[in-house]
Amino acid sequence: MKSFEEFTVKEIVDQIEDGILLGIPADYSGVPMTFTKELINKGVKNLKLYCLPLTTIQGDMLIGSGCVSEIETAAVTLGEFGLAPRFSQAVENGKILIKDSTCPALHAQLQATEKSVPFMPLRGVVGSDVQKNRKDWQIISNPMKSSGVENEPILLLPAVQLDVLVFHASYADRNGNIQIGRRRELATLAHASKKVFVTVEEIIDTDFFENELSAATCLPALYIDGISVVKNGAWPCKLPGVYESDNDEIKKYSIAAKTQPSFNEYMKQFLKS
Amino acid sequence: MNLNIKREELLISQLANLLKNDNHVAVGAASPIPGAAALLAKEEAKNFNKRLRVTILHSNKYNNFTDGARELFDCAAQGRIDTFFLGGIQIDGNANINLVGTGEYPNVDKRFPGSFGSPLMYFVVPQIILFREEHSPRTLVKNVDFISAPGVSDDNIYRPGGPKYLLTNRALFKFNKKQKKFSLFKLNMNETLDSIIELTGFDFDVDKDLSEMDLPDKTRIETLRKCIAPMVSEFYPEFANRIWGV
Repeated sequence: MKSFEEFTVKEIVDQIEDGILLGIPADYSGVPMTFTKELINKGVKNLKLYCLPLTTIQGDMLIGSGCVSEIETAAVTLGEFGLAPRFSQAVENGKILIKDSTCPALHAQLQATEKSVPFMPLRGVVGSDVQKNRKDWQIISNPMKSSGVENEPILLLPAVQLDVLVFHASYADRNGNIQIGRRRELATLAHASKKVFVTVEEIIDTDFFENELSAATCLPALYIDGISVVKNGAWPCKLPGVYESDNDEIKKYSIAAKTQPSFNEYMKQFLKS
Repeated sequence: MNLNIKREELLISQLANLLKNDNHVAVGAASPIPGAAALLAKEEAKNFNKRLRVTILHSNKYNNFTDGARELFDCAAQGRIDTFFLGGIQIDGNANINLVGTGEYPNVDKRFPGSFGSPLMYFVVPQIILFREEHSPRTLVKNVDFISAPGVSDDNIYRPGGPKYLLTNRALFKFNKKQKKFSLFKLNMNETLDSIIELTGFDFDVDKDLSEMDLPDKTRIETLRKCIAPMVSEFYPEFANRIWGV
């Protein structure tokens, strides 16, 4: 028996049902763009996106393509190329529900699931409109005496478990372990997700557990439900340590996405590419 | 001699002046000018036999973190970051910042990216420098439409950090925590107290030592152009290309 499941991208997409809570990695963590393209081709609906902690072109494309009903995030942006136009317009028109959050809260909610505890406390945030608009967050008086502050209000965040996480990485080894380098937030995402699928540039005939360096920077196959080999699977986003982002393409997108009709035109070409 | 100092270079120089006492400066998203300032301060600190650590979040090279994206926030909460930069589509006179949108939330008229890490970072980093290039009544407002992070908090809230300065392309303000008010500290060339009053949507005090922004000297400009510019092009290539042609 093979030590891991090898899928096609289409087989991964088949696992994504309408309405699921999908984990979205940040632009620096390995964005699964080929998968995203196939997901849009499938016409999936009502996805809830959970970004750790933000999204760029991936989230904007999914929103512009009508695949998303809800997004929990600290930001949606095209970085140096400005605002994420499909996201901004969808929020302005009330087309999607936005659960505005902040990076450390998005991390902490998944960390609670990692530990299988019902909530995680976080300092700061109290008194902001981010906190005031989150009915699923609670404030209690710090029950521990250690803080030195009397009646210190402290924020509690609920544990969040993702239905599915998909990300793109450089290599899998022969046993299905995934090389994630220093992008440890991918491990947090994976630990907190019911199912995890990974697209990789290449499967290499080695065992990452054979030496300390590659063992420390890999995500064990234990957490992975399926792997698909996809060359340039993050394009036009970057894959850390492997290739840089295609800034000309992202710039082209940022201009096209300014209106829905020109976005639609762009996507026609993009989905065929 | 005429160095033809660019506006961005002058701002980088102002920010670098504020980092001289730091051990660790971190720079977040969409911040090429603060990023360049931090690297410049690090380079100059070497002349005083001082070690300044710089973490540029969007760089692989100028980054001290290996434990994933949460490490920035954990590190800040532990008090291991002395200075961080925050911006805002709106900043008000109490130093509340808005990175979310204009109009009445959640039905905003214009939506911007979101609050990023500001709701935590503003509370825990001792020196927050607010940086917003556009200085106008629409960016510096009486009251923000949405508080991504508040400028001040009640005494029972854990808050070792907060705003210390606000830099725009026209002026540098200090923030006075007790008075909950900015005071005008430095003016860019061609600006006057009256021009700043006219372009600022909130009331502010005037520092007794109000003066013009110091121009970077020849050595600093050379360091910036020869040494820092190529570094910046690693993580903000568009910016480095536009300002320095690298």
